[in-house]
Amino acid sequence: MNINLTILGQIISFAIFVWFCMKYVWPPLVAAMEERQKQIADGLSAADRAKADLGLAHEKVAEQLREAKDQGAEILDAANKRASQIVEEAKDQARVEADRIKLAAQAEVEQEVARAKQALRTQVASIAIAGAEKILRSSIDEAANSEIVEQLAAEL
Amino acid sequence: MSSAEMTSGDYIAHHLTNLTFGKKIDGTWGFAADGAEAAQMGFFALNVDTFGFSLALGVLFLYIFRKVAKTATAGVPGGLQNVIEMAVEFVDGNVKGMFHHKNSMIAPMGLTIFCWVFLMNVMDLVPVDFIPHAAALIGIPYLKVVPSTDVNITMGMALSIFLLVLFYSVKMKGLGGFAGELALHPFGKWGMPVNLFLETVNLIAKPVSLGLRLFGNMYAGEMIFILIALLPFYVQWTLSVPWAIFHILIITLQAFIFMVLTIVYMAMAHDSHE
Repeated sequence: MNINLTILGQIISFAIFVWFCMKYVWPPLVAAMEERQKQIADGLSAADRAKADLGLAHEKVAEQLREAKDQGAEILDAANKRASQIVEEAKDQARVEADRIKLAAQAEVEQEVARAKQALRTQVASIAIAGAEKILRSSIDEAANSEIVEQLAAEL
Repeated sequence: MSSAEMTSGDYIAHHLTNLTFGKKIDGTWGFAADGAEAAQMGFFALNVDTFGFSLALGVLFLYIFRKVAKTATAGVPGGLQNVIEMAVEFVDGNVKGMFHHKNSMIAPMGLTIFCWVFLMNVMDLVPVDFIPHAAALIGIPYLKVVPSTDVNITMGMALSIFLLVLFYSVKMKGLGGFAGELALHPFGKWGMPVNLFLETVNLIAKPVSLGLRLFGNMYAGEMIFILIALLPFYVQWTLSVPWAIFHILIITLQAFIFMVLTIVYMAMAHDSHE
């Protein structure tokens, strides 16, 4: 266990190693670590910002959704109203049409009835005349008695 | 060193002898043949083994860290960069916690001390005979592989720190301020001789305790490994394994203590007591 030159050698190498470490090892390592720290801090704050943005977007979406729903409901309302209106109109038209058809049919029926009556009347008159003819035979002049027969037919 | 005739005492003494290069008694330069000759060489001799390993480990530390530092990325760090950043962050945290002045040298110095001392201590975990035996095969008679079991190495570092303490004490407080701190401190100006004595002892005790603590711990640990190695080979593992596991704690702790005390001493050198 002798103290000798080794101690000086160690002192010198210690000085050189510390100098080297201080000059070439420590600064780049610490710089890289600080840079990473900064990046992480930036990343975290960006994430926070994004979160806040997301919250805002959610609110906006909810608001737009509510508006859309309201609009939808309005449109639906209007459509319903319009539909019932159309139905009413159609009903009215149908009623009018039906009335018209009914009236036309009635008129036709009346016309038909009148025509039938007319035909009946003439047939009855001729039948009556034929009957009377058979009964009276030759004595009755068709022309002279036609007035009476017509009167008879009108009364039928 | 034919181990058949070797006594335990020889074995231990062999393990504790440095490979020393210096001027022999007959005036020639060369490696000392044994411990006694190494002692005769006096101050102008070099412990080639411990100093060599110390240098190699320091260069290894700087090489690895420099390699990583050159390619250090702020993005996702790779495996090695992760480990090294952990070390850097650990040292940086300690320095920031203890040293509140502006000095860009302290943190790199702390890192150098921590890693270098750690690497020097780690050599203690290499089985005690591996490297010396291998060296013996190529004709090197003595080889101590754990630099921190050489008091020159540990005291060299402690003295470097002592010099820095003196330098920064004078730089931060001025020569007068530093002298005043030494002369006027515990008892005021009427107790000046006592103050001077106490404070000087206090000052000297710092490097001595710093260097000898590391040396003592590692020397004792190494000695226990050597003693275990004297046992029959089939029982050695029952002791050497637990001791090695325990020693992992010690080598890390001693490196940490050396670094922390350095930081504390530097902080004290910067602090003025006003």
